[in-house]
Amino acid sequence: MTETKDDLNRKLTPKERLAIERQQMPQRDGAERARDFNEVNLGLAEKIAIREAKRCLQCKNAKCIEGCPVNIDIPAFITKISEGDFLGAAAVIRKDNNLPAVTGRVCPQEVQCECRCLRCKSDSPVAIGWLERFVADYEMKHRTGKLEVTAAKTGKKVACIGSGPAGITCAGELAKMGHDVTIFEAFHKAGGVLVYGIPEFRLPKAIVQREIDNLQELGVKIETNVIVGRTLTIPQLFEEEGFDAVFIANGAGLPTFMNVPGENFKGVYSANEYLTRVNLMGAYQFPKFDTPVIKGNRVCVVGGGNTAMDAVRTSKRLGAAESTIVYRRALEQMPARVEEVHHAQEEGIRFEMLTAPVEVLGNGDGWVKGLRCIRMELGEPDESGRRRPVPVKGSEFNIECDLVIVAIGINANPLLTQATPGLKVNKWGYIEADENLMTSLPGVFAGGDIVRGAATVILAMGDGKTAARNIDKYLAGK
Amino acid sequence: MYQVVDKQTIGPNLTQYEIMAPRIARARKCGQFVIVRPFAHSERIPLTVADTNPGKGTITLIVQTVGKTTLEMSQIEKGGAFQDVAGPLGMPSHIEKFGTVVVIGGGLGTAVIYPQAIALKEVGNKIVTIIGARTKDLLIMQDLLAKLSDQLIMTTDDGSSGKKGLVTHALQELIDDPNSRVDAVYCAGPVIMMKAVAQVTKPHNIPTIVSLNPVMVDGTGMCGGCRVTVGGKTKFACVDGPEFDGHQVDYDELMDRLTTYKPQEKNSLDQFKSHTCKCGRH
Ligand SMILES: Cc1cc2nc3c(=O)[nH]c(=O)nc-3n(C[C@H](O)[C@H](O)[C@H](O)COP(=O)(O)OP(=O)(O)OC[C@H]3O[C@@H](n4cnc5c(N)ncnc54)[C@H](O)[C@@H]3O)c2cc1C
Ligand code: FES
Repeated sequence: MTETKDDLNRKLTPKERLAIERQQMPQRDGAERARDFNEVNLGLAEKIAIREAKRCLQCKNAKCIEGCPVNIDIPAFITKISEGDFLGAAAVIRKDNNLPAVTGRVCPQEVQCECRCLRCKSDSPVAIGWLERFVADYEMKHRTGKLEVTAAKTGKKVACIGSGPAGITCAGELAKMGHDVTIFEAFHKAGGVLVYGIPEFRLPKAIVQREIDNLQELGVKIETNVIVGRTLTIPQLFEEEGFDAVFIANGAGLPTFMNVPGENFKGVYSANEYLTRVNLMGAYQFPKFDTPVIKGNRVCVVGGGNTAMDAVRTSKRLGAAESTIVYRRALEQMPARVEEVHHAQEEGIRFEMLTAPVEVLGNGDGWVKGLRCIRMELGEPDESGRRRPVPVKGSEFNIECDLVIVAIGINANPLLTQATPGLKVNKWGYIEADENLMTSLPGVFAGGDIVRGAATVILAMGDGKTAARNIDKYLAGK
Repeated sequence: MYQVVDKQTIGPNLTQYEIMAPRIARARKCGQFVIVRPFAHSERIPLTVADTNPGKGTITLIVQTVGKTTLEMSQIEKGGAFQDVAGPLGMPSHIEKFGTVVVIGGGLGTAVIYPQAIALKEVGNKIVTIIGARTKDLLIMQDLLAKLSDQLIMTTDDGSSGKKGLVTHALQELIDDPNSRVDAVYCAGPVIMMKAVAQVTKPHNIPTIVSLNPVMVDGTGMCGGCRVTVGGKTKFACVDGPEFDGHQVDYDELMDRLTTYKPQEKNSLDQFKSHTCKCGRH
């Protein structure tokens, strides 16, 4: 179908809109891309984006907005796209979301906005995530002018601890309100999970860096290598460094291991360690970068979330002949983004579903040589509503492998909370915060994974925004 | 960047750096370490903080050149700077008044036990220090330790200085000597040495604290790369340690895990050496 400019500009009837099929995201060939770290999705062309935008039925009572954790006015930005006003579309998104180039790539749209799209009933939902990404990338290329803070300087100092999506968002918002903001980051590089966890082929680091640069343009100071709780404490931030409020956004950051025999053999990594070595430390470019990583020829990754998908696809890119996901539930129950599972399948990843490791096997020389597993079957639903996997007696079997990556979740890292007297945490060690995200300590707010448990980028950002609003109120009343 | 305020060679392949890092200097307690990334392409390596000068804002690190990162680091001169220094990390040393404490340092471990010896002395312990090395030239910090200790015993494998033999022999003699006391032992050095020391003290139930040196990445408990088995439980040395009860550590596992990157480390070092030589920089 070729359209003239007139076609594109004309207002379509609902019937005409319904006749347009969901557009395809151009992506690199599975076999080709599984050998490098360049991005998988290539982004929509302008014309395709406009055509996709025209599929939107412009519902009066748009359910997609409810599905979005930060309630972006989705029909409004899509209308702008259909009119060819891409910067206008970006402005609509920016009202609620500071990191659209990130969330357009990593949000689980299929359980948020897109699953509420009316078109799910007839064919397939409007590709809201791809459109968001398109707008953000367009804006990145075409924005002119510098970011400026128009609000008057308030003279108040706020510290954000952690530079993941929660910390970045909060810092940006507060800076725009005229506050003097410093981010303290434990690592040598800012970005949180966006730089050390999510790989380049899914979220190019240049995009994250641009967001960090934007913050600095807004006057936010970033101090890396500061581990709050060790280098500085929260009481010191107030008493010695003169801060008026603090936002804790240090993520969850404590890896869970399986607690099975053999887990300390050489060749067993937590996903955190594996991904940090590869992404943050550049181990895929060893020896140009000094940090090594065990590459593995046959790799097993245990878990079914985004982290597991990132790890298993990374192992393939590092040259593994066979990379396998070992997950104790069924394929449909995997919490990973659907797109990542599809991409993994296209890249030749094996899936051993309803399988749980019971032991890591050693080769007698301290190295991993296999994973002993047991088959599972689905029983009664558990508290999460998902049918609980139960082991099938006598079904043990071995998978040969030389690298095992454990990606079964993370917990609250106690380093900061233990060093902060009076800071209330729940029984799992996550920080307790009220509806304004204020903690048990006055002037100390918290959000993101350290409050919610391992969640999502968009929820962390949403928290950053909520916290900024409430910190601003708190400071005004001081 | 973290400025190198002073740099001195204190032994063969052994360099002492004084680094400007005011916050770390102020916060650091005895037994803690920092993670250093000398260049933007470097690994993150853990180094014990040997001393601090909070007034001046500096920390002292003693670094043995063992691999590519430390070799390349040794090319950074006074006035230059390290890319990243993060810390202080780990739990502070457990310091209490035991009576007579034997402090044992093997090789570079001597730099690790030096601050402990100071702290143990400050709370009123009598300090007997044993330092050991393969040969005379590798013994370090004798003068500092001689000044600090009530008694300093040196051992070398080849007998070129002090007693011929291992630190464990000297320790065993002290334990067997009816005129000396050994109320506690602090030890840092090669894993094999710490294991041997723990074996000597175990039958006598002498509290023995060892400082472990597994591979680390973040140093904040976030990766689990530094895991060690202590008392049958997995511990993260960077946050639960680096010091542990010497009678509970699974030394064999630690030794084994330390060999994980041997081939890569060698490759990296060889490439670096051949590269620097070709450039005529060496
Ligand atoms: C591999 C991986 C893939 C993921 N994929 C997705 C996805 O596709 N979509 C999605 O929505 N979500 C995904 N997630 C989850 C998402 O990344 C997190 O929910 C989100 O990053 C949480 O943001 P945050 O700001 O709370 O913390 P983080 O992003 O974890 O950032 C916390 C920062 O604080 C720093 N820090 C920690 N302790 C201290 C301290 N004491 N002092 C100073 N700084 C400190 C850390 O170094 C880190 O930089 C993924 C997570 C991982 C690990
Ligand atoms: S070094 Fe990563 S957890 Fe200890």
